[in-house]
Amino acid sequence: MDPKINEIAASISEIVKKLNGSTLYSQLKRAAQKEVEKPTASLATLKTDVVEALKTSGWDRLLRNKIFAYLSSCQASLDQSLPFECQKEPLMYMRKAQANWERRILKSMNSMCTELSIPLARKRPPEEQRALLHKWNEMGTEEPDLSHFRPVYAPKDFLEVIISLRNPNYCGLLGPEVDEKPSGGHWGLIQVPLEIPKLKDLQNQFSEFAHGHGHAGVDDNLDVPSEAFQNERNKIAKKVLDEKRSVLAQYFCRNGCPSGHRAEIWQLALGVTVNHLDVLKYEQLKGYVLQHDLLVDSLIYKDVKLTAVNDDYYFVFEDYLYQVLLVFSRDTSVLNHFAQSSAMPPKSFIRGKLGQDEYAVVYPPNGVIPFHGFSMYATPLCYLYAEPVGLYYIFRQFYTRYFHRLHAISSHPQGIVSLCLLFETTLQSLHPRLCRHLQEIGCQPLKIAFKWLVRAFAGYLATEQLLLLWDRVIGYGNLLLLPILAVAIFLFRQSNLFLITSASGVEASLADITTLHVVPLIQLVLFPT
Amino acid sequence: MSTKMKFATDLEKSVLINNFEKRGWTQVSADEDWNFYWTNVNTTRSIFSLENGYRLSDDQIINHFPNHYELTRKDLMVKNIKRFRKELDKESHPLAEKDENGRYVHLDSIPVTFLLPADYNLFVEEFRKNPSSTWIMKPCGKARGIGIFLINKLSQIKKWSRDSRSSSFVAPAAKDAYVISRYIDNPLLIGGKKFDLRMYVLVTSYRPLKCYMYRLGFCRFCTVKYTQSTNELDNMFVHLTNVSIQKHGEEYNPVHGGKWTISNLRLYLEGTRGKQVTDKLFDEINWLTVMSLKAVSSTMANDRHCFEVYGYDIIIDDKLKPWLIEVGF
Repeated sequence: MDPKINEIAASISEIVKKLNGSTLYSQLKRAAQKEVEKPTASLATLKTDVVEALKTSGWDRLLRNKIFAYLSSCQASLDQSLPFECQKEPLMYMRKAQANWERRILKSMNSMCTELSIPLARKRPPEEQRALLHKWNEMGTEEPDLSHFRPVYAPKDFLEVIISLRNPNYCGLLGPEVDEKPSGGHWGLIQVPLEIPKLKDLQNQFSEFAHGHGHAGVDDNLDVPSEAFQNERNKIAKKVLDEKRSVLAQYFCRNGCPSGHRAEIWQLALGVTVNHLDVLKYEQLKGYVLQHDLLVDSLIYKDVKLTAVNDDYYFVFEDYLYQVLLVFSRDTSVLNHFAQSSAMPPKSFIRGKLGQDEYAVVYPPNGVIPFHGFSMYATPLCYLYAEPVGLYYIFRQFYTRYFHRLHAISSHPQGIVSLCLLFETTLQSLHPRLCRHLQEIGCQPLKIAFKWLVRAFAGYLATEQLLLLWDRVIGYGNLLLLPILAVAIFLFRQSNLFLITSASGVEASLADITTLHVVPLIQLVLFPT
Repeated sequence: MSTKMKFATDLEKSVLINNFEKRGWTQVSADEDWNFYWTNVNTTRSIFSLENGYRLSDDQIINHFPNHYELTRKDLMVKNIKRFRKELDKESHPLAEKDENGRYVHLDSIPVTFLLPADYNLFVEEFRKNPSSTWIMKPCGKARGIGIFLINKLSQIKKWSRDSRSSSFVAPAAKDAYVISRYIDNPLLIGGKKFDLRMYVLVTSYRPLKCYMYRLGFCRFCTVKYTQSTNELDNMFVHLTNVSIQKHGEEYNPVHGGKWTISNLRLYLEGTRGKQVTDKLFDEINWLTVMSLKAVSSTMANDRHCFEVYGYDIIIDDKLKPWLIEVGF
């Protein structure tokens, strides 16, 4: 049978299974029953009548949006005949590397515990719980002694691991001896032969960036006297919001959102709603934070204090970040995203029962150990969502759909390894002379671009530009624009880079990218004429 | 004759001197022939004082208007604005339009303010209308947040009630005069924090009014959480956002100084509240500054040798209405 049809059938049954267990299902059932109870109902036309009624009252749209959300979040439909771990990550050497990396992280965390003699988790006494509740809205004013905590890892540690990845089955054209050398096979740092799109494929995929299409970030510049573009975008945005269809909102994002409507459009596009049930859930998670103090909490504090608090744009939101990230680490529904990722949630053991599987628990409850800079995934969202609950749910959606791929080793086309490889090969093919020059002065461009990629540029670009970039991440539903932007930045600054004679000089020259405009840069790479 | 500009300055600040020298100006002392003089207020006063007989020539300008205090002293600013309103009222000017509660629609940019001790009785009348309100006492002659305190009970300002009953008609000297204003207890909070706006306005002439708004104004954030609880009334860190006070709070961060640019504020407000209300807010801020300048333009000595840069302190409440708190120089 045609494998495509198999795939589609498999995803349909997946989605139906998911829908059957959801609140939407019971809501739809109730609405349908109400229709049936109406005096005008007739047995003969019952089915068509009910379906019509559900369509006109708007349930139809909600259902469509829900399905769209499911489709977007589980991208590759999984072949059920393979063992689960192969579905998550088909390449064994990647699986091994990721597992090793996870072991390292967990070891680092455990040793920090023993060094500092603090448990991974500790129940708070009632007075401490009350005190924390009292200070919940201003945790930034707490000054816990964090000097002994260190981040579990920083992006550059992760880069080292990725660089050392090797495919044991691969042998380059020039023979195995060449591959052994550090500069063998490929020019760049990434030495695994993953398939990445060529420029032509990218041009097709991102065709909306071609000149001739209006874009927020270019055509709504205040210097341009006519506000026609802005007004039109605002009008369309209102229509999209009235239509209440996620797929339209997502498509709208491709040309950038007008700042006044961006918050709502993102929520619609990502299928994020905040109703009273969600508020209750948030309160429940907050309760978990109050009851138990986790080591991860101190890591989060430290990270926020090191990154967001020192940032011109984001220091204001320090307290909100705690309210979002601490709650995030207790949210076990986040564990669902591991089915799409090569990563496994770390396990820890109840005290004294080391190694006994019956006493294993996922730690932290959401399975995500924050690294240095992790809080920056949430900071730009603070410019759109003015209160913690809404902020929480959109952050959670962003992370589980996109950002988790930025710090896991996998062969996924959107995983960080593929993004790095795309960056290096695109830069090499568009400007081999620049790459040669950088190589000669001992500079590896990926070493500079990597931190941009891991953080999806948060904290490096000006906030307004970053939001325009994330518009497109949602709009195209993928992260490929991140390495493209990174390439564009190198190309844009090339005249400066050619004059520099040391690697540290390149670092310094690219240290500040807050003045750059995202959309024209991407156009520079994709459609240079 | 040499056409090089010569400047003199009373303030030896690098931000000034670097700026002048970048333009190719040469520094001279105040006794020599200067074209541009960045004075402090004492020098301005002596230059314009009648005994001095000093005459500014056509190629000389200084950075203060002789009676700038009409705008920059808290009590005089309030007086001038109230007088301006009355004048417009008398001529039934459309600007003096009032709403159904009797409040001015377009001229409502300053919080209800009274001069003490002169308006003490008027103040008590207003206070009794809203006994749970909080008021802020500010000494007229001081800056940088010195001497300010909050009250929510009449007993806290007993002293001024005594003063007002004395039959002296002499207005108190600046150092003893206070203004009392309605405290804005619903400020807009960002990230849960209170902030105020500092905008810089340049005036090159009062009649006709020529003023310029500097694009790089900034927001100053309180480093301690804002709470309305009355116990906190005494905690000046919470309520006052002057950078000088915040600098001594434990949370002061020297990297960004607790400041945001106006463009950040705009981005945040557009994203969280929408573009229209944000545009309206910034329009109202512009109008507020123009209105305050118009109010003093008739009393200001419009000396053509003068220009002045003012620092406007503005607070935005949670309904996105801007309030003018004070004007400094």
